[in-house]
Amino acid sequence: MSFSLATPEIFLLSATCFILLLDVFLKDKFRSIGYWASLLALGVTLVLTYQSWTEAKALAFNGMFVHDTLSVVLKMAVLSIVTAIFVYSKPYLIDRKIFKGEFYSISLFATLGMMVMISANTLLMLYMGLELLSLSMYALVAFNRDNGRCTEAAMKYFVLGAIASGMLLYGMSLLYGLSGSIELSSIAEYVANQKIMSSVALLFALTFIIVGLGFKFGVAPFHMWVPDVYQGAPTPVTMMLASAPKIAVFAMTMRLLVGGMEFGSEGWQQMLIPLIVMSMVIGNIAAIAQTNLKRMLAYSTISHMGFVLLGFVSASEGGYSAAMYYAITYAITALGGFAILIALSHEDGDAEELDDLRGLSRRHPWYAFMMMLFLFSMAGVPPLVGFFAKLYILQAVVSAGFVWLAVIAVLMSVVGAFYYLRAIKLMYFDKPIDERSISMSISFNALLSVNGLLVVALGLTPSLMALCLIAIKQSI
Amino acid sequence: MESIYLAIPLAPLLGAIIAGLFGSKIGRKGAHIVTILGVGIACLLSFYVLKHIAFDGNAFNGNVYTWAAIDGLAFNVGFLIDNLTAMMMVVVTFVSLMVHIYTIGYMEHDEDNWPKGSLVGRHSYQRFFSYISLFTFSMLILVMSNNFMQLFFGWEAVGLVSYLLIGFWSTRETAIFANMKAFLVNRVGDFGFLLGIATVLMYFGSMDYAEVFAKAPEVEGVTMSIFGAEEWSVITVACLLLFVGAMGKSAQVPLHVWLPDSMEGPTPISALIHAATMVTAGIFMVARMSPLFELSTTALSVVLLVGAVTALFMGFIGIIQHDIKRVVAYSTLSQLGYMTVALGASAYGAAVFHLMTHAFFKALLFLAAGSVIIAMHHEQDMRKMGGLKKYMPITYWTSLVGSLALIGFPGFSGFFSKDLIIEAVHASSTPHAQIAYWMVLIGVFVTAFYSFRMFFLVFHGKERMDDHTREHLHESPWVVTVPLIALAIPAVISGYLLYPMVVGDFFKNVIAGVGTEGSLATEMKDHYHGIFAFIAHGLMSLPFWLAISGVGSAWFIYMRKPEIASWFYKHFRWLHTLLDNKYYLDAFNQRVFAGGAIALGKGLWAAGDRCLIDGCMVNGSAWIVKKFSAWSRYLQTGFMYHYAFSMIIGLLGLISWVIYKTNVLGISG
Repeated sequence: MSFSLATPEIFLLSATCFILLLDVFLKDKFRSIGYWASLLALGVTLVLTYQSWTEAKALAFNGMFVHDTLSVVLKMAVLSIVTAIFVYSKPYLIDRKIFKGEFYSISLFATLGMMVMISANTLLMLYMGLELLSLSMYALVAFNRDNGRCTEAAMKYFVLGAIASGMLLYGMSLLYGLSGSIELSSIAEYVANQKIMSSVALLFALTFIIVGLGFKFGVAPFHMWVPDVYQGAPTPVTMMLASAPKIAVFAMTMRLLVGGMEFGSEGWQQMLIPLIVMSMVIGNIAAIAQTNLKRMLAYSTISHMGFVLLGFVSASEGGYSAAMYYAITYAITALGGFAILIALSHEDGDAEELDDLRGLSRRHPWYAFMMMLFLFSMAGVPPLVGFFAKLYILQAVVSAGFVWLAVIAVLMSVVGAFYYLRAIKLMYFDKPIDERSISMSISFNALLSVNGLLVVALGLTPSLMALCLIAIKQSI
Repeated sequence: MESIYLAIPLAPLLGAIIAGLFGSKIGRKGAHIVTILGVGIACLLSFYVLKHIAFDGNAFNGNVYTWAAIDGLAFNVGFLIDNLTAMMMVVVTFVSLMVHIYTIGYMEHDEDNWPKGSLVGRHSYQRFFSYISLFTFSMLILVMSNNFMQLFFGWEAVGLVSYLLIGFWSTRETAIFANMKAFLVNRVGDFGFLLGIATVLMYFGSMDYAEVFAKAPEVEGVTMSIFGAEEWSVITVACLLLFVGAMGKSAQVPLHVWLPDSMEGPTPISALIHAATMVTAGIFMVARMSPLFELSTTALSVVLLVGAVTALFMGFIGIIQHDIKRVVAYSTLSQLGYMTVALGASAYGAAVFHLMTHAFFKALLFLAAGSVIIAMHHEQDMRKMGGLKKYMPITYWTSLVGSLALIGFPGFSGFFSKDLIIEAVHASSTPHAQIAYWMVLIGVFVTAFYSFRMFFLVFHGKERMDDHTREHLHESPWVVTVPLIALAIPAVISGYLLYPMVVGDFFKNVIAGVGTEGSLATEMKDHYHGIFAFIAHGLMSLPFWLAISGVGSAWFIYMRKPEIASWFYKHFRWLHTLLDNKYYLDAFNQRVFAGGAIALGKGLWAAGDRCLIDGCMVNGSAWIVKKFSAWSRYLQTGFMYHYAFSMIIGLLGLISWVIYKTNVLGISG
């Protein structure tokens, strides 16, 4: 019966439990068996997901679980990104002597959480997936538990995350109270019969939900945790925070706001606009003042998430698919940027100051070139993918009539270009402070090159955008 | 077949990439082997395609890749391979292959052309090969395209490579000036071209050739207003704009000024780019667009007059040049004028035919001039040459073949194509064709005069070089002479393709008018009675005797009685000054356009940039951003309760905002 629709999730859950147990019995020198088993589990899940590709939308578990093109595409993106994170982070974990099985099993549980979020069709499932993801992430941030900054970051993240979850849950319960259902399609029916702008209770529910979502996206003014956690967490975890969950949160927003409350778009548009404007302004301007590279990237994430939300403001298929495209491509670009940070780290400490980038082109020209690609893409320089992502978003926003928002977005991108270009300038025009040579494994370098190639190729070929458009059309 | 069509442009591209990016690793030998291999493959495949298309009649028109689609408008990468394309492909790849081989000899001591120890001079040999292969790729893309967008891509790409190659010796001031000039003048042409494409897109709603041509009769009567109320025929506007592009690329008056200066580049590229192929792109384009041009008499008339002016007046300048390459350059301008005249007279076939023969004999003449320059240790002034015949027999004889072909001596390729053009202009019904007829007729005399003036000054007469140079004079190595001989063969025989190519139906369904009743092409066919009758008729016609008298007077003035030349110089000083200053066009451009642009720029810089933008906006906004970022840093205290507090404030703010909004809407709704 419809159980089969959830085969990838079921497989991943079983495999993760198996890996968890396996790790207990492994001696330290066989640790990498756990690593390979995790990669295998992700690979098989990816194949299963790919095989489940359908043109038709299908429900399972009494309407709790939805399976459509959108979910397949997003799950495949998440799974690929987590796989890449595992490969990237291995040398870092070994250097820090935290190459433990827990890292993999917790990450796999987080992945499972994201998959649940992507396929959720009820408020309950959404919340469950989100909490599975969040709890795993709290643990991951604290992973290097002997490090003071790590635990501090985890503590902040946990407490603030709990507040946000509380607000989200409160909003959900209001919504349930109003509509009498936790199923998104019934909620959509209820909202369709209401006049959103005159129903104060509905607006309250919506506000709390948006605060929760805003926290998970990390948009202003719910962004304060982002720089501290990015800086405090071990670099692989930061990489994880900045990439895959953003896709899952996109899915959640898509399900909640568009799937559940599309007829209330007038209401959530009004609420998203101030968040977006603040994120773009604060994210880009505060990033300029940073000397710490991870913090700089944290602020840059804040502004990029503003862009993703901007796609929702247009409340059109074009806008949603542009937001989806943005979320996926940003995750890929951020992945590469953090991978360079991992490559630059050494046993004495993480590479996290801007100064660590100085003279990279002389120490390792290929890494410098790759980093330049990632930074240029984030700045939105054509023909890299970041440019097209911004272009699609702006197109949707302008055609929805919010020209002034597009103008702000473009102006703030100009401000943002400053700190990306400053990093590139440091790499290419300054003398290195640290003359140590950098060498990484072949798999790391190969993956990084593929990552760089993707940033170029996805921009040149419009196929991913076409795929996003198909997925969005089908899910609505 | 599609994979063959793809392989033809991609093989040179691959060669260019390898030689360009890995030049230091594969060395000189590796670079020329890999590029020659790439172009060689393209050349062989082009011959095969010619056979496949022209003899087996398998024209191809299809898209291989859709790059983007916007609002139902597809941007495709596609090929249109018909007889015209196949012919162009063969000419381009063959001449390019010859030039590649020749370059091995010409650039052998290139390191002497750079200042000692200069960084840009490193691997210049490999870079040069990379550029010419890249050029071949771009030119193939241009001719093989089946839509305007790809045409424009190729158009710009050949322009880029031409720019890079004119300024190849980038440490020389004159080279930098010349490539900047070529770039800017071409920008003017390309601007017109782009507007032309935009007009086509706007009124035809497609970029695909076939669709545009099919729609042409519908658009014929449509008019548009540009300035004020006056109505213009859309086809005329589109054709004129497209022709502005052709004027830039094919160096027609007044956009010709860049071509003589482009001789600053190494000679092989003067032969390949600035004589044989790239500069003929405009001619090719107009021939390709013949279904559109046929619908506008006004456009044809403009084309005709511009061509005639170029053909005659550029020839005059050629007479007084002393630099051996400049003489050939001005002859190129003049010959391009001939092709343009033919286009204007609706004799597209004749224009394309002359394009082909000209590609062979002009490449030959340039390469021969290059061979002389090598022997003379990079001395290009003809006043310091003379009597080279006995030192360089192969160069001598091949130059003779090239010159005879250029002046249109019966039996040589140029004779057939040029005679055909003159006849076509004579018979043409385009307005002003008769004026053009007399201009191209006088042009024949001028061509013969300057060609043989150069020939005699270089190869005959007194040896005027210094002793040191004379001691080292010798024939060039085989890599130089073999391409000369290989080009001399088509320079003679390609003329005999007259019947199949122009008179016959080779261009049927490709070029407008071929094969339809009452057209110029059909009329020519009726008057054609075999190749030998054509030659016999040529021997009795005016152009032949004009050419002979041109050669004769060149011989008499420069070999027998040099005092005639000085007498002319003394008594017609003003004419010489006028020609020496190229009708003052360069000075005019320099003063008005360049000077005006600089003055305008300085004014805007002072008022707008320095004061308004730098002063207020850049530094002002930078100051604000700095303050704001410092302030936001101050807010980021690191205390958790501050963070939680900001979240609560955010929530309250949102709720207040929503309530405010509902109230406002509630009142209004």
